[in-house]
Amino acid sequence: MSANALLVIENLSISFGRGDKARRVVEGLDFSVAPGECVAVVGESGSGKSVTAFSVLGLTGFNGGTIETGSINFRRRDGSVVDLARADERLMQSSRGDEIAMVFQEPMTALNPVFTVGEQIAEVLRQHRGMDRQQAAARALELITRVQISDPARRFTQYPHELSGGMRQRVVIAMALACSPRLLVADEPTTALDVTIQAQVLDLMRDLAREEGMALLFITHDMGVVAEMADRVVVMRKGRKVEEQAVAKLFAQPRETYTRALLNAVPKLGSMAGTVGPLAFGADPKTARPAPTVNAPLLEVKNLSTWFPIYKGLLKRHVGDVKAVDDVSFSIGRGETLSLVGESGSGKSTTGRSILRLAKPHAGQVLLEGQDVLKLDREAMRAKRRDMQIVFQDPYAALDPRLDAFEQIVEPLVIHGVDKGSALRDRAVELVRRVGLEEEHLDRYPHEFSGGQRQRLCIARALSLSPKLIIADESVSALDVSIQAQVVNLLIELQQELGLSYLFISHDMGVVERISHRVAVMQYGRIVEMGTRAQIFEAPSQAYTRALIAAVPVADPTRGHYQSTKTKELIPA
Amino acid sequence: MTELTATIAPTLAPTRKGKPSLFATLWSRANLFTRINLGAFALVLIVAATAHWIAPFDPDAQKLLARLKPPMGFAGANGTNILGTDQLGRDLLSRTLHGLQLTMAIALIGSLISLVLGTTLGVVAGYARGWFGGFIMAVVDIQLAIPFTLIALVVIAVFGNSLPVLIITIGLAGWEVYARIVRAQVLATSRMPFVEAAVAAGAKHDRILFKHILPNIVSPIIVVWTMTFSALILAESSLSFLGLGVQPPTATLGSMVGLGRDYLASTPWIALVPAIAIMFVSLQVLLIGDWLRDALDIRLK
Repeated sequence: MSANALLVIENLSISFGRGDKARRVVEGLDFSVAPGECVAVVGESGSGKSVTAFSVLGLTGFNGGTIETGSINFRRRDGSVVDLARADERLMQSSRGDEIAMVFQEPMTALNPVFTVGEQIAEVLRQHRGMDRQQAAARALELITRVQISDPARRFTQYPHELSGGMRQRVVIAMALACSPRLLVADEPTTALDVTIQAQVLDLMRDLAREEGMALLFITHDMGVVAEMADRVVVMRKGRKVEEQAVAKLFAQPRETYTRALLNAVPKLGSMAGTVGPLAFGADPKTARPAPTVNAPLLEVKNLSTWFPIYKGLLKRHVGDVKAVDDVSFSIGRGETLSLVGESGSGKSTTGRSILRLAKPHAGQVLLEGQDVLKLDREAMRAKRRDMQIVFQDPYAALDPRLDAFEQIVEPLVIHGVDKGSALRDRAVELVRRVGLEEEHLDRYPHEFSGGQRQRLCIARALSLSPKLIIADESVSALDVSIQAQVVNLLIELQQELGLSYLFISHDMGVVERISHRVAVMQYGRIVEMGTRAQIFEAPSQAYTRALIAAVPVADPTRGHYQSTKTKELIPA
Repeated sequence: MTELTATIAPTLAPTRKGKPSLFATLWSRANLFTRINLGAFALVLIVAATAHWIAPFDPDAQKLLARLKPPMGFAGANGTNILGTDQLGRDLLSRTLHGLQLTMAIALIGSLISLVLGTTLGVVAGYARGWFGGFIMAVVDIQLAIPFTLIALVVIAVFGNSLPVLIITIGLAGWEVYARIVRAQVLATSRMPFVEAAVAAGAKHDRILFKHILPNIVSPIIVVWTMTFSALILAESSLSFLGLGVQPPTATLGSMVGLGRDYLASTPWIALVPAIAIMFVSLQVLLIGDWLRDALDIRLK
């Protein structure tokens, strides 16, 4: 092991399962981390990046895996070198949380719900530093202050469920920092957070790492985050290292085809300036078309409000309402895409569901071709549903696991009695081909498809009744970036061919910029700003919109780090 | 994008053509052990159904001279009673076969009653919610709070003691377990996006229930069925013990175990023979349930 390295991984292979069913998920991996360096391991789902992170913490067995070959040499504080791949559990327990710490993706599950956050941080100190109760509590309070949580003294005595997602992740970071570890392993630490909160947490992690001289092993799927955080990047695919480069070089001159493809699929905010309409990834900007101009809009939403009542006490007294959607108005033209953006809890999904009457609106009008769908009786509504379809976020949950692809796709046709027998089969074949799948796929069940293919099936199902409007509720958010690009391209293509209108609900500004004609920004159930894509992205008038755009990590390391000081004042953590 | 599609698009295994029938699929998913077990269970059902013809003796005929004879192969066996005799000299094999018949009838029909009743009410409670769903769950809580034997006493006091009354009473003993589990499953499943997608496509309630929700909650129903089956056999024997079940001298497996208890130290076979029969049948049901649960799950291959 070279004298200046902190962590050296050599020829690491990890497999899951035994005997015939054994599956190699990491194969012959080599890379190293120097003290104080940030190495990002990036890859799509199934690339083995998280498994690698867990192996550094000695948690491979905990997840059911086995380290087959290779070593993970780590230099301890006293200068001695241990092989974490072979270390016994006692040694791992003493170094975990002390010399190597971890930050997980989901802060709610990483914290124990029955202890206050103060107690949990103090516990780490008492375990590894042998501090008594008072010392540990004092130091814990110091740490909470350090991770910039507002009102630290009060937070100290609160339970995890009383904190927001961003604050919880800060607490997890405070716990990780408690013993000033030499290496912090972060597994997708900001993926579950809203974009503005993500920017703040990334900022915090970078500052803390610099101040503490702590090395970061950063696991992520997001090229934007990589560009913001990393000094060096390891690209993984199917358990193998594809490429390793300094961050600037990787983005400027990627060596491998896969890396290039990955980078091309990343939506880059601002790359659409000057175009007039949605643009497929990799397409010529000149082919972008503005929305067709038709006088009457397809959909008009007027003063829509959806409130969820809050009941309290034994008698279920009505004490107030959560105004999920509050007096929202917009319209969508034929062949136009209106994107609804906002952070979690802003009411964008509820808006979409209210239009379809999957949620019960409290007031307002939803006019589809001039007819108020909220006033239709049950039978008329059923008939009207032919014109509006929805594509959900999680394509696995959106397909009935017990029905094959054919039954899923033709279900809307069967419900409305459109086709029967062989005509049904012909239509299904046409639909799967339309979304880029094959006829033979019709006999398969959802679990036999990949995530992207499943989402294609959902789109085929939504298309089956030839609707005029498709509500895409975070439809590409759960997909890997390359698959996401393919599905976005498919949506754009279908719009141009079939003249569909989309209500595209998303939190991802990069994708929104690609696919939209117009954009509406939602916050706390209201639309705070609405305009053409160029207006929103190039000249936003509202501070919130500006903050939202500024917070998006840009996949360009030369742009310099995002300064979150602006948003800190605008958005409470 | 083309190179991306080429490098990343996953390859799919060759597909199968056409769809085999449900039974063919289930059978193909049974391993040798399961197939043997299925054969054995079929045999049990046949033996139980034909007990009147294949039993060597009248199950209730007493022969006091041949009392307490052990099964063949043990010292003192008399050679005509293969599994020995009880304290009244009745042939244990014949009693076991007749007992099996009655016990299987009671347990199968009784469990079917609780399954259908509990599932129906659970689905209604979970899908319709509202005041009626709340009412059903209140009834479930009440039934769970009242001892079953008390209910059985009242029912039999009112309707008299007969086999149909007994079976229905036993059927009513287990429905609340199904109702609770089915309600929870329906609540969870009906919030799944695929159900919402069906709603958004314009599906009516019957389609949503029978096409989407019920097929997805079959597994827990089967698990509950297999776990309560043996409990029902024992419920019958406890009722017999209280004098509420099948009346002596008619044999059921449960009552035979109960009667054999007094002789456990001296002539253990009187209780052991029916007890082993109960164990054997319960185990078969459990194994069949296990296989059905996995075989019906399309995701497991």
